[in-house]
Amino acid sequence: MTPATQPRAEARSWGQRLVILIPYLWLIAFFLVPFLIVFKISLSQYATAQPPYLPQLDITGGFETLREFVSELSFAGYARLVSDSLYLSSYGRSLAIALASTAMLLVLGFPIAYGMARAPRQWQGVLFMLIVLPFWTSFLIRVYAWMTILQRDGLLNQALLALGIVDTPPVWISTDIAIFIGIVYTYLPFMVLPIYATLERMDESLFEAAADLGCPRWKAFWLVTVPLALPGIIAGSLLCFIPIVGEFVIPDLLGGSGAMMIGQTLWLEFFGNRDWPAASAVAVVLLALLIVPLVLYQHVQARRLERGD
Amino acid sequence: MNGRGNRPDNSARTRGPFAPWTDPDALPLVRFEAVSKHFAGVTAVDALTLDIYPGEFFALLGPSGCGKTTLLRMLAGFQTPDAGRVLLDGTDITDVAAHRRPVNMMFQSYALFPHLTVAGNVAFGLKQDGLPKDEIAARMAEMLRLLRLEGLETRKPHQLSGGQRQRVALARALVKHPRVLLLDEPLAALDKKLRGETQFELMRLKERLGLTFVIVTHDQEEAMTVANRIGVMNHGRLIQVATPSEIYEQPNSRWVADFIGDVNLIEGRIVKADAAGTTIASASVGTLRTAAVADARPGDAVAVALRPEKIRIARDMPVGDVNRVEGEVWEIGYLGDFSIYKVRLGDAFVINTAAANVTRLIERPVGIGDRVWLTWAADAGVVLTQ
Repeated sequence: MTPATQPRAEARSWGQRLVILIPYLWLIAFFLVPFLIVFKISLSQYATAQPPYLPQLDITGGFETLREFVSELSFAGYARLVSDSLYLSSYGRSLAIALASTAMLLVLGFPIAYGMARAPRQWQGVLFMLIVLPFWTSFLIRVYAWMTILQRDGLLNQALLALGIVDTPPVWISTDIAIFIGIVYTYLPFMVLPIYATLERMDESLFEAAADLGCPRWKAFWLVTVPLALPGIIAGSLLCFIPIVGEFVIPDLLGGSGAMMIGQTLWLEFFGNRDWPAASAVAVVLLALLIVPLVLYQHVQARRLERGD
Repeated sequence: MNGRGNRPDNSARTRGPFAPWTDPDALPLVRFEAVSKHFAGVTAVDALTLDIYPGEFFALLGPSGCGKTTLLRMLAGFQTPDAGRVLLDGTDITDVAAHRRPVNMMFQSYALFPHLTVAGNVAFGLKQDGLPKDEIAARMAEMLRLLRLEGLETRKPHQLSGGQRQRVALARALVKHPRVLLLDEPLAALDKKLRGETQFELMRLKERLGLTFVIVTHDQEEAMTVANRIGVMNHGRLIQVATPSEIYEQPNSRWVADFIGDVNLIEGRIVKADAAGTTIASASVGTLRTAAVADARPGDAVAVALRPEKIRIARDMPVGDVNRVEGEVWEIGYLGDFSIYKVRLGDAFVINTAAANVTRLIERPVGIGDRVWLTWAADAGVVLTQ
């Protein structure tokens, strides 16, 4: 039910208000305030100072210094994002890789989720564990494992050579293929689990009803299964797409040194060039880009809650 | 017979009552031929043979797990029999896939598509047949009107009441004009009042559309109300197939008598059995005399089934020395329209009797602890050998 059915705010006790306040305080302290700081830095200028940007906010100086401080802020950093093709190509590359890998994850993840949901009850727990199990190992270690698997004399090439599929070992590491392998491997559970959740509680009699009304099984898949799994498909896709856009570790460790994803560019600006204002501007724009799918995701979730499923 | 039912119109009057099962020349619409089905070693349906005739409202009645739903699902095509054949209009459909069978089912859960509107649900089956758009619209409009669903076309199932959902499920199955409509516990989710109304609505719909209905239910009242014939099932077998009144008045076994309605089963031995009737000696109520002709010989162990409402309860000793017994009123259940009297005979044996409360409660002459006489007519008892 919607909050409208709850007692009105004035009827709430102080204890209830405190409980409601805690998550808001948390969000303000650890999300809103840091974001405002980043946003402020993005409006500053690079300087050889400590910290490496100007102006510095001095709240003890009174109104005059505050006005001076505001007048020194500028959107110059954002203008540079547009003028320098490095940023645009990084954003473009990130979106393209995120889009392509989300599509791959969907094509791979849906059948897995479908198979899990159709498996006998007593197996489903085991299959669920198998999907979740990789999370028990550090993400970084798993990416390093892929580095050794994909390297020139790695496990993959040894297997291909031994099976006689290739004569000369192909190059995997430092290619886009390696990035896709890493991303699809890492994010697969985020695609499988939401889809599985929607498929798992689907009433088997719906498919019998479809068959009863003259609809063959393959057609019922498109007319019944897919529309009903749509909330899970959208949730899974956004759950993958959003973090993949900002992905840093996988392209940095598995990808080549040529074209960069936006996460790498951000890292370079911050740690390589020590240009905090530029890095902050990159981060703010990235957030603005991801707001669209985030709001979409919220919308889908809210509609599901409204329907009560 | 063309599915007119026992409607009191001219055709029915000239043809007599609707009873194609008594006509040796009548062709069944549905025939189960020695069908069996086993699940993991459990026999759900056991070499069952049954004919269902066009225009019939046939009820499969039995306790849960008796195989009635499995039988219905074999007709729908969701389950394939391990042995035997299923015929529709004389054609073997045993191996025909569910989506190719001209039968439709109304599911116990209704199984409405939650992502489709009422219109989308009802039109679903017609779209599968590739019918032209205007025909789909016309047939859908007719069905929505028939089931009083007009104005709800754009609603989703979760926006409907239970009764409305039930009617959408019915409309979705009926709109395809099935050769047989299968109803799997269709009214189980409705409250008692709505269930009663819907039972009569189902009968009207069947008559109006001239279709054949097969209903699965565990509710004997429902089966008695709607059906032309009832098939009583237990352990995957049909125990008795007959009209509701035959099932109630002439049960063929202790099990059926006990399953349908309330009954007093009085065990005894045959003393005399001839064309005029049967005399039974029982330890609990003495000598019983019934007009029923029993297929039994003197000395055979039988049971006499006596329905509570066929037993009269009185304070005064009746005349005659058979079909009467004296006892003490042990409990009284007041149900409004009638009362149940539990009368104790001797130490243990209790007989249930039911009497309509024609007079008001305050004037009721019999109370707990009263000595009373129970009597019944010679045609009240049924002799059961099985």
